[in-house]
Amino acid sequence: MTRSTRIVCTRWGVSLGLILLLEAACRSGVVPTLAVLPPSEMFAAMLELLSTEEVLANVAATFSTVAVAFLAAVLIGFAAGVALHGLPRFRRAIDPLLASYYSVPIFVFYPLLVALFGLSALPLIAIGFLAALPAMLIATLLGLDRVPPVLRRVARMHRLGSARTAALVILPAALPNLFQGIKLSLAYAFIGVIAGEFILSGGGLGYAIAYAYESFDNRTMYGLMLFVLLSAVISNTLLSTWESRLQRRRWRA
Amino acid sequence: MTETAAHAVLRGVTRVYPGTSQVHALGPIDLDIAKGEFFSVVGPSGCGKSTLLDVLAGLNPPTAGTIAFEGEPVAGSVPDGVGVVFQEDASFPWLTVRDNVAFGLRRLGMDAAEVTRRVDYAVGFMGLADFAGAYPAQLSGGMRQRVCIARTLVLQPRLILLDEPFGALDQQTRLLMGDELLRLWRETGATVLLITHALDEAAMLSDRVGVMSSRPGRFIDLVETGWPRDRDSRIVSDAAFGAITARLWSSLRTESMKAIGRG
Amino acid sequence: MTRREGLLDGTLILLAMLAVWQALYQYAGSAALTPPWATARYAVELLGTPTFWGHATQTLSAFAWSVAISAVLGIALGLWFGAFRFAGDVAEPMLASLYTIPKVTLYPVMLLLFGLGPSAKIAFGVIHGMIPVVLFTLGAVKNIRPVLLRAARSLRLSPMQTARFVLVPAVLPEIASGLRVGFSLCLLGVLIGEMFASQRGIGFLIINGINSHNVKLTTAVTLIVIVFAVGANSALLALDRRLHHRG
Repeated sequence: MTRSTRIVCTRWGVSLGLILLLEAACRSGVVPTLAVLPPSEMFAAMLELLSTEEVLANVAATFSTVAVAFLAAVLIGFAAGVALHGLPRFRRAIDPLLASYYSVPIFVFYPLLVALFGLSALPLIAIGFLAALPAMLIATLLGLDRVPPVLRRVARMHRLGSARTAALVILPAALPNLFQGIKLSLAYAFIGVIAGEFILSGGGLGYAIAYAYESFDNRTMYGLMLFVLLSAVISNTLLSTWESRLQRRRWRA
Repeated sequence: MTETAAHAVLRGVTRVYPGTSQVHALGPIDLDIAKGEFFSVVGPSGCGKSTLLDVLAGLNPPTAGTIAFEGEPVAGSVPDGVGVVFQEDASFPWLTVRDNVAFGLRRLGMDAAEVTRRVDYAVGFMGLADFAGAYPAQLSGGMRQRVCIARTLVLQPRLILLDEPFGALDQQTRLLMGDELLRLWRETGATVLLITHALDEAAMLSDRVGVMSSRPGRFIDLVETGWPRDRDSRIVSDAAFGAITARLWSSLRTESMKAIGRG
Repeated sequence: MTRREGLLDGTLILLAMLAVWQALYQYAGSAALTPPWATARYAVELLGTPTFWGHATQTLSAFAWSVAISAVLGIALGLWFGAFRFAGDVAEPMLASLYTIPKVTLYPVMLLLFGLGPSAKIAFGVIHGMIPVVLFTLGAVKNIRPVLLRAARSLRLSPMQTARFVLVPAVLPEIASGLRVGFSLCLLGVLIGEMFASQRGIGFLIINGINSHNVKLTTAVTLIVIVFAVGANSALLALDRRLHHRG
């Protein structure tokens, strides 16, 4: 067994062990079942909930909000990153803002967004978008910074125009960072939308979890929570797998 | 030096880096490189060797002076028939060896069969045939530099400019790469300009070596080696090799001391 | 770029932001936010009231606790995972994926486990702030250049001396970066905690302002939070950069 398979197996083993430990702790009463549901029941609850119309509607609402916010953040973040990379002085001036961005909880702007966009899906989309945008923008800047200058010179030696230089040299060279940005954007859009729903809005999965908590419906709360966490972990794992498949040969040193 | 007409001609070439500090990096340089000549440039670090290559390649314009390649002025872009091999690893990590080498030809819109033929030849010539499907990250530094040389070679340049291409390699690998460079030079009949900081490399490979002063770089000595065209790394044991290296060093010693601040 | 240019650019950016704020006010009206000058005045006024400081003390103490716990636990775990390569390789992707989940859904669990008091907020701050500290510390230890340790051995340093003069200075800059990110996330965690099912703290003030349509209060408190977050973050960033230049 190679080292990397051993690592993966241990990782699965540890995860499984933690789940079993929680299960045992709940069943034996070390952790009160009123506080935490045993994982097996969380899973059963999740499956039951996912067969109800109401929950499916919430899932659809949340996922579509996340999808729109994510796509907008990736496209606009990339474009803004490219533009900012071309304006070094402006970039230096707004650098402190970018560096402090994630220290401000963005959903404090929710009331403003409601006032701007009205009570629709738009304020939530905007929250997800604002949460994800800088991740993509910063990743784009970093990717462009890290294109080795010699590759630009190779492009000039091959007498490529600026469009072909961008498509054939700059973009592939920046791709690892861009992919990182895409991955983070999806995670942040999801975090932003769920948090917005949880605290402020009246719909979606985040709201459903908060509502279940407030009405002491632990079974629903844990079932939905498990679904949200699994969705995040699975989508992130899928993107990581795709990424490493793209990168595997490139970085196998 | 052969008696054919000059292949590349530099007259009064000067380069001053613009900006507040106005660094005078190079020149004025007057130089004729003959067609088919192997010309090397040695000089202390920071003397403007690479600047000279950039200007000759058309990657940067000179501040003053003129450059002509095959009788045509070089201005602002790389002329057709000029190939450059850079000091840093310039292989594209996202392409296989084969696709790296084919990069330039595909951009020219050449038909696929011809691309394959030329790429196969260049890959074989540089000893990369067993690694054609590999990615640069799977290769050693020396192999990656071969990929870059093959990528330039495949374009069949008539003037090849090399900017310290073996700088990052160990001494044994450098000697062997030097042999391959000589073989390439003989078989293609191209003119070669090699920038190097290794005196033995310059002495072994070149027809003629230009010694540059510390910044602003000018030629302070031109040494003709008088080697036969059919030579290889075994000439390092020739008595003349020692004499040439010694002469290069005596021209360069004071300049190198200036470069490290002991001038 | 000269220092003067930098200062000029910074001022221009600040003015542009204030202009956007004013424009938003003109567009969205007083039901959404209050204009810059009035907000700043009200914020200063708030800073002089004991009620505000009552809430602020709650938030700051929960925040301080969660930063302290995140730092101690995070550095300890990071060093442990870094020293035991196998454990680190097993844990790193798991931690990275914990970092990307919507942690807000876990807040009810914190409430059920810790009750409605400050401990739930602190715990919630810790689950936000600790992961980056662990990841940065782990990375710093893992990427320490082996030649440094060999140099320490060749100088016959004792294990304590090696730790004191080689290991700590080598990993410090990265750990400082981790703490900076952890600091921001702890603040986020505590504020989110206060926004949900809480009666005290800055987060509660904001959410209460939103729910009771007290736009003046919400905008002013938001401004205070932003100024605090950006100010603290900039100071930490400057420190971070100094450590990195030295390192």
